[in-house]
Amino acid sequence: MADLTTEFLGIKSPNPFWLASAPPTDKEYNVRRAFEAGWGGVVWKTLGEDPPVVNVNGPRYGAIWGADRRLLGLNNIELITDRSLQTNLEEITRVKKDYPDRAVIVSLMVPCEEQAWKTILPLVEATGADGVELNFGCPHGMSERGMGSAVGQVPEYIEMVTRWVKENSSLPCIVKLTPNITDIRKPAAAAKRGGADAVSLINTINSITSVNLDLFAPEPTIDGKGAHGGYCGPAVKPIALNMVAEIARDPELQGLPISGIGGVTTWKDAAEFIALGCGNVQVCTAAMTYGFKVVQEMISGLSDYLDDKGFASVEEFVGRAVPNVSDWQHLNLNYIAKARIDQDLCISCGRCFAACEDTSHQAIAMKPGRVFEVKDDECVACNLCVNVCPVEDCITMVQLEPGQVDERTGKVVQPEYANWTTHPNNPGAVKAAE
Amino acid sequence: MAGNVFAEGVSAGRLDSEELLRNFGDLHPPLDDHEALVAADRCYFCHDAPCMEACPTSIDIPLFIRQIATGTPDAAAKTIFNQNILGGMCARVCPTEQLCEEVCVREVAEHKPVEIGRLQRYATDGLMAKGQHPFTRGEPTGKRIAVVGAGPAGLSCAHRLAMKGHDVVLYDARPKAGGLNEYGIAAYKTVEGFAQAEVDWLLKIGGITVENEKALGRDITLDGLKSDYDAVFLGLGLGGVNALGLDGEDREGMAPATDFIAELRQAPDLGALPVGRDVVVIGGGMTAIDAAVQSKLLGALNVTLVYRRGRDRMNASVFEQDLAASKGVRIITNASPVAVHGNGAVREVEFEYTDNDLKPTGQRFRVPADQVFKAIGQTLTGEGLPEIQDRKIKVSETGRTSLDGVWAGGDCASGGDDLTVTAVAEGRDAAEDIHAALMG
Repeated sequence: MADLTTEFLGIKSPNPFWLASAPPTDKEYNVRRAFEAGWGGVVWKTLGEDPPVVNVNGPRYGAIWGADRRLLGLNNIELITDRSLQTNLEEITRVKKDYPDRAVIVSLMVPCEEQAWKTILPLVEATGADGVELNFGCPHGMSERGMGSAVGQVPEYIEMVTRWVKENSSLPCIVKLTPNITDIRKPAAAAKRGGADAVSLINTINSITSVNLDLFAPEPTIDGKGAHGGYCGPAVKPIALNMVAEIARDPELQGLPISGIGGVTTWKDAAEFIALGCGNVQVCTAAMTYGFKVVQEMISGLSDYLDDKGFASVEEFVGRAVPNVSDWQHLNLNYIAKARIDQDLCISCGRCFAACEDTSHQAIAMKPGRVFEVKDDECVACNLCVNVCPVEDCITMVQLEPGQVDERTGKVVQPEYANWTTHPNNPGAVKAAE
Repeated sequence: MAGNVFAEGVSAGRLDSEELLRNFGDLHPPLDDHEALVAADRCYFCHDAPCMEACPTSIDIPLFIRQIATGTPDAAAKTIFNQNILGGMCARVCPTEQLCEEVCVREVAEHKPVEIGRLQRYATDGLMAKGQHPFTRGEPTGKRIAVVGAGPAGLSCAHRLAMKGHDVVLYDARPKAGGLNEYGIAAYKTVEGFAQAEVDWLLKIGGITVENEKALGRDITLDGLKSDYDAVFLGLGLGGVNALGLDGEDREGMAPATDFIAELRQAPDLGALPVGRDVVVIGGGMTAIDAAVQSKLLGALNVTLVYRRGRDRMNASVFEQDLAASKGVRIITNASPVAVHGNGAVREVEFEYTDNDLKPTGQRFRVPADQVFKAIGQTLTGEGLPEIQDRKIKVSETGRTSLDGVWAGGDCASGGDDLTVTAVAEGRDAAEDIHAALMG
């Protein structure tokens, strides 16, 4: 069993699985249960100024489901902690004292005035917590009061507040980013300029999960009305991975530690975030769906992966996929593949045929006896058939070797790399080096 | 259909080899990768899961199924083996329909449980096929422990003790280790020599010496073991067979069902194994079903299983009863044997209908029989054993017997329900207690 110990900003935890600042980390009771279940750390649910905010008393969550009612996306309108600052501080102090080997980070959100930060930071330091996370991401409720994503959407504010925090505290500072912007690199750069030790992302995405067609109101509905909430869970992972990758591969942001958040549900999700440059991951929806015990699968799975790959630590593969995140224009146009259908695995459902015939390139033939075969002279290797096939590995993409003829174009596959920037069809093409 | 299926008497070669191969193939074929993912997907990862509660070895079922679902079946196997080192055999022979799958919330809600048994087999088979043993021995303790009986209880106990660093000598009366896994379970539940392969894999932990054909009371004595070893674990099983108590019980063609099953399991060629044309099995437990079904699969023309009480009182699960019926076994209930007829060899068994309290009704009937298998229970045999309670060795919750330094578990010990999985749990728990007792 591999050692999963990680160090993030000098903060040690027995594994890279932290609970994100969210309902599961709102109270001492929950956090103790989480640590007993094996979580490596927590980001305590966001503290604010007294008097505490109030939450709605109707439903706070909405959801979308896949087959068999698998929860795929969750939407919430819960605010930061609605308990008094002192209560939270006392609880954090007790928990950290009892679990010195776990990471305890405190999420903060106070108004955009330096004094507010000057006041709360010493109180947090006194708890013994390992660091702070600035909540610039919460997309509902707090943003209307000029906090949360209202700050996160303005890089200048991020920089300013981050600087206040660094000037008024010695604690490591993580800036949590909202995805509700157009270019995630801008707020990340602002955080870096302000002195942030790391960024964490993504916070939740503005969303309406569904509309009640009898009430004609968004879900969750409170007294006939609904408000947008913050979307999270497995459904947001691809968006989060992209934003993480954008930061990880940006030359100006290189080396900025990242804590990955967004739909981490299994060990594999976590490993993907780590491969894209995250030093650890934060989890919320998976715990809210399955309970804290779900971390055991993440631990065993990641451990097996490290053993399998021969990595001695999580650190060894942080960012390994970053160099392979490219722009479209740099993808190799001489790489040519064709779909292959394994007839032994094929169950003859015909989904690949319908998808290809109706919506793509008419590159699959349906033969008597419901036999489906790829037409190499039509296949552009778009991968749609692979994605709609219900059987794993039944359809695969097989690369043509250089020297083989691509039956679709009649051209011989060239061995050298060539991309759009040098392609004759590109009006702005640069001539390839002689 | 082979030529001699109608031949009277007990004869071999009733079916051709192809048919025999088909008949004795895997009862529940293994799941392939895709099937396993689909099956695993149905698990809800219940909190404080009822399935786990129902498992005598308390395997963390939701966790191992989630590990399968997330593409780490080897991790799933480790989760299983942590609790049950014979998880591979239990995946095949556990009456899951009475244990984990019976209480699965999806069984309760929609009568379609998650296929826990088959998923367990998927995970354990995968790791075992790689030849990997997931555990390593602890530091040597210098303690030596004798385990008597290499069945599920003994194997489980020996493995856990070896893991803790103790040296174990595992004695068994038979030529092969495995106990009922090797000699007492229907062949179609454990095909392709799985029982021996599992023993070999289990022994990879190291520190276990197997001494076959060493029977307690014949080759070794409890007193001897007590003085030679730091502790003794008895996992003897039940060596004796209950008798019907009828005249003519020793007629040719009458045999204990357990002997027939053992013979069948050890037969190198099923085509050479004789079976009657008209077979009668007396009893209502798993042994009776295993004997009846296998007689039918060997080519017996008529197989009748007769049980003295009602069907709901049979020890064999409903699944097993249905399996027997589907193979063509006729099940007669509420009938007790009253006489064995024949001239030399058995020709007929006479029964009398009895109510659920076994009160005779006076109505009698005869069933033709050229072979009769008795499966009305087994008994503990042996002398000089620790204190007996209800015809078994009296044990505490952790397997302690009335004798200092002697533990017992499995079918020979009091309590429990004579299941493989229960024996595994008892062997494991006794090992933990032995370890605690020896190491202070």
